[in-house]
Amino acid sequence: MADSDCIVVMGSNMAENHPVAFRWPMKAKVEHGAKIIHIDPRFTRTSAVADIYAPVRAGSDIAFLGGVINYVINNERWKTDPFFKTWVASYTNAATIINEDFKDTEDLNGVFSGLVQSKGGVPEWPFNAITNQYDSASWQYSRVKAVAAAAVPEAAKTAAAPAAAAKTDAAGKPVPPSFAPLIQAQLKPPVEKDPTLQNPRCVFQILKRHFSRYTPEMVEQNTGCPKETFLKVAETILANSGAERTVSFAYAVAWTQHTYGVQIIGCCAMLQLLLGNVGRPGAGVMALRGHASIQGSTDVPTLYHSIQGYMPAPTALKKHDTLADYFVAETPPTGYFANMPKFMVSYLKSVYGDKATPENQYGYDWHPKILGDHSHMAMFAAMNAGKVKGMVLVGQNPATSLNARLERAAMRKLEWLVVKDNWLTESATYWKAAPEVKNGEVKPADIKTEVFFLPATQVGEIDGTFTNTQRMLQFHHKAAEAPGDCRSDTWFSYELGKRLKKLYANSTLPRDEGWKNMTWDYEHENADERKKGEPSALKINKELNGFFTDDPSRHCVGFAELKDDGSTTCASWIYSGMYPGPDKYLPDRRTPDPPGKPGAQLQWGWAWPANRRIMYNRASADLEGKPWSERKKWVWWDAEAKKWVGYDVPDYIVTKPPDDKPKPGAIGMDALPGTAPFIMRADGLGWLFAPAGMLDGPLPTHYEPVESPVKNQLYQQQASPVIKYWKDSGNPLAQPGDPKFPYALTTYRLTEHYLAGGMSRWLPWLTELQPELFIEISPELAQEKGIKNLDWVKISSPRAQIKAKALVTKRMRPFKMGDKVVHQVGMPWHWGYEGLSTGDVVNELTSLVGDPNVSMHEGKAFVCNVEKA
Amino acid sequence: MAEPMGFYTDTTVCIGCKACEVACKEWNQLPSTNGGRNTLSGNSYDNTRSLDGIHWRHVKFVEQFTDDRKDGRWLLMSDVCKHCVQAACLEVCPTGAIIRTEFDTVVIQSDACNGCRDCISACPFGVIDINPASGTAQKCTLCYDRLQAGMQPACSQACPTQSIQFGTIRELKERAQKRVAQLQQLGEKRAYLYGADEKMLGGLNSFYLLVDKPEVYGLPPDPKMPTRNLKAGTWFSALGAVLVGLMGVISFRNRGAEERP
Repeated sequence: MADSDCIVVMGSNMAENHPVAFRWPMKAKVEHGAKIIHIDPRFTRTSAVADIYAPVRAGSDIAFLGGVINYVINNERWKTDPFFKTWVASYTNAATIINEDFKDTEDLNGVFSGLVQSKGGVPEWPFNAITNQYDSASWQYSRVKAVAAAAVPEAAKTAAAPAAAAKTDAAGKPVPPSFAPLIQAQLKPPVEKDPTLQNPRCVFQILKRHFSRYTPEMVEQNTGCPKETFLKVAETILANSGAERTVSFAYAVAWTQHTYGVQIIGCCAMLQLLLGNVGRPGAGVMALRGHASIQGSTDVPTLYHSIQGYMPAPTALKKHDTLADYFVAETPPTGYFANMPKFMVSYLKSVYGDKATPENQYGYDWHPKILGDHSHMAMFAAMNAGKVKGMVLVGQNPATSLNARLERAAMRKLEWLVVKDNWLTESATYWKAAPEVKNGEVKPADIKTEVFFLPATQVGEIDGTFTNTQRMLQFHHKAAEAPGDCRSDTWFSYELGKRLKKLYANSTLPRDEGWKNMTWDYEHENADERKKGEPSALKINKELNGFFTDDPSRHCVGFAELKDDGSTTCASWIYSGMYPGPDKYLPDRRTPDPPGKPGAQLQWGWAWPANRRIMYNRASADLEGKPWSERKKWVWWDAEAKKWVGYDVPDYIVTKPPDDKPKPGAIGMDALPGTAPFIMRADGLGWLFAPAGMLDGPLPTHYEPVESPVKNQLYQQQASPVIKYWKDSGNPLAQPGDPKFPYALTTYRLTEHYLAGGMSRWLPWLTELQPELFIEISPELAQEKGIKNLDWVKISSPRAQIKAKALVTKRMRPFKMGDKVVHQVGMPWHWGYEGLSTGDVVNELTSLVGDPNVSMHEGKAFVCNVEKA
Repeated sequence: MAEPMGFYTDTTVCIGCKACEVACKEWNQLPSTNGGRNTLSGNSYDNTRSLDGIHWRHVKFVEQFTDDRKDGRWLLMSDVCKHCVQAACLEVCPTGAIIRTEFDTVVIQSDACNGCRDCISACPFGVIDINPASGTAQKCTLCYDRLQAGMQPACSQACPTQSIQFGTIRELKERAQKRVAQLQQLGEKRAYLYGADEKMLGGLNSFYLLVDKPEVYGLPPDPKMPTRNLKAGTWFSALGAVLVGLMGVISFRNRGAEERP
């Protein structure tokens, strides 16, 4: 971001919630006059230092971004500048022709073709909350039909079972067959394209039609942002894009926490692709992660639906019966991810060690499979239905989380609960201190849950790594001994694993084989730590990095070394290369580049993948491999050395020349031309239209939040047709425009506090800075409701009613949308009933509704009423 | 004496994160308002309210919006002791507890302070107050202990956007003047330096880049040494001395009272 010429912060309050990272936008602003744009319902501390502040009603992001897209593609400079023309035609799927059965929201009043009733899931797990779903068959690329059979070698079709063939190596040892022929058998015929972008079924024409109704007038009508301000933003973004200049976007949970959050982010990615702002210095879409190392926790996942390195979790809902089935279902045969079998087999080797063999599919059958949606909301719905016996909470405080009354009711149905935290948080005391207990509604004696509290260490009391928002791992050394019985989270997981292994050691049940065969050997090098049971962070890191099975002292130097024959072990392929030798631990590096020289700080920490700082950086060079401009050069083709070079680690096969042609019948990178920068996509292109991967449509479309004060003015379809909704008596919803809940409410965090407050509401130095819960309201609304600054007010939603003090400020404003005025109010959600600073739980107001792709809730845009208390 | 050292605070890049307030408190181990059980002030995001004996850094939040919101600014500014070259507090201190250091900064030595409060009323910026934990007058020391160890002050080190910069006054002034010129050129004609000029109390060793009148930030437009205003006859001075003496006695008694178990 320090290299950006314009930084757009939207769906984020970066200065307040990522103040340390915000040094980079400020550096760009002070050192080379970069423009900062903040687009947000509230005028925040980010707006305070922005060059342009654009107010928008919460939840109207796609209407705004769609407006910018429409502005850009109809702009004369964009249409004629060779940079944009070449970029879009060559590096995106703009030219690709879509299936003739495809129908857009333009044709179907706001929904896409393929909308069907939910097929539900498996009977054992009725908590997926799917309402409707899309069959994406009509969204696919149109393919050349005649070539279909010829492209697939006959031999490949029969190579599905890896144990079938028996080759031997030089020493006579049998070599397990590769999965490559199986992947090759999945090759599809080539796609149809129109490089002139004129075919009405090509992606660009579909996109152009789709966004044609997103006019500046429509933007004002739907977002409440004055047309002039919108146009100023659009002009500034376009003016700072091109061969010589780049724009970056930063977003955070104010884009994700919607029932269409993935589509908002996709919409921004589309805009950036149209502007050539991807894979280049100062460009991109920056996901500002919400907690320290949340990036690490999705890489080495605590996610239910993916396993290490973003490989899909084996599931009972798809044909994942065997390892080969899994590869057939999940591996794109072209592009870099065709290597998935190497990553997956190495992952299984890391889990089951010597027990993982070609004969038993590397232990694939022992690996757990998911049954459906096991995310936060689905799990609490299951808990409320009495289907969950016990819960371990590590760094979570659900007693103050979504629809908090319902979640606390669910927790009362647990048999046991373990809370591991720094303090007795609300989740540790919900059985005696929650509002419903205090007011006598619930009696502690009636709650059967046994609650265990384990004191946790703070981060300064342990060795370990953080993976930051830039995918960079940095090791941190223990600075102090933890007091008393406090233990680290790794200690807890390691000890729990050891005890479970012991528990299952003599089991003869097939389902316990996984526990028996799992490797679990992270004994600490240091005798004192070992005595305490603390595992070795370095040994865990070594397993993540990978090593050679027959010589564990030989570390993998990168994921290119991984094999699908069991000869390598690697827990998370994307982390391979961070620990390339027993004496080379790269996250511990702290050498900055010399000042004044262009560089990517490659000697500071280590970033996945392969220590690359900008992903898809092949796009920083033109078709011939030359930098688009001197000012924005990053990675380029050195014709003499015949390789890609530059400031950063090239995100490409280093020796693959720009004029390389795809090899017929080939898989992986050999199937892509030398001009395809987006190597993780099967076609190597940036997607302006998503034929796969999105459950709620191939193009972003403006929908209203599930609870909205207004009707959708763009389409007949009010909200996303495929939202998740957990129907429960404690989870009622307000109808669109419900007069009982007329105000738009958004929730957020403050610099002075952290999340549910577990790390801040117990600290006097922080609580004195923001001592009490408040609701921010405009003077206009305050006057309408007879509320004065610091008055107590009641805030209600269909789920609950809470109290807070009024903070009346002109930083909030009523939104004028056509004839209608919508009052936007906002509340920070840090408070609860424990700690030094207490306050009502704002999340009692929120509901359990979710995005279909990722089951994210809608805490950023819903409705409420406000009355003087 | 080392070269004069101090702060240059560029308010145009302050994000109001208050990291300076917290870093200051952590380093100097200062207590919190009512042990952290503070109340909402209702004045924007400012809940610590002012500089005093336990708040040696204080971030101000000034909301400036027209009714139609066509124009709007939220001015953010981290305030601190100005370490004046002509320091009123130092001149009025009857016990010599306030000293000028080798860095040209102004420091109250707690062990020599009798809590007489003279400095509190003398300071034209309202920086000083009694720290109830010690019963003595306290304010920013410009991290004298850290400076002596070759480190920079806690606040400037914690500042994520380099709004608070620490260095030699000479170098800071150069940097600040460049920034003013840059802002002027970008169209921010209101940008100017407050306290960088020797005309203001000989120069402030903590000076500011502001974009509105000093009063808007709660700063005096023309701070004066209190002694210069007191064109006092001897009897007036004598009366003053008696008052000071009395206050000293009362203050000592109070300290005694607080120290009793």
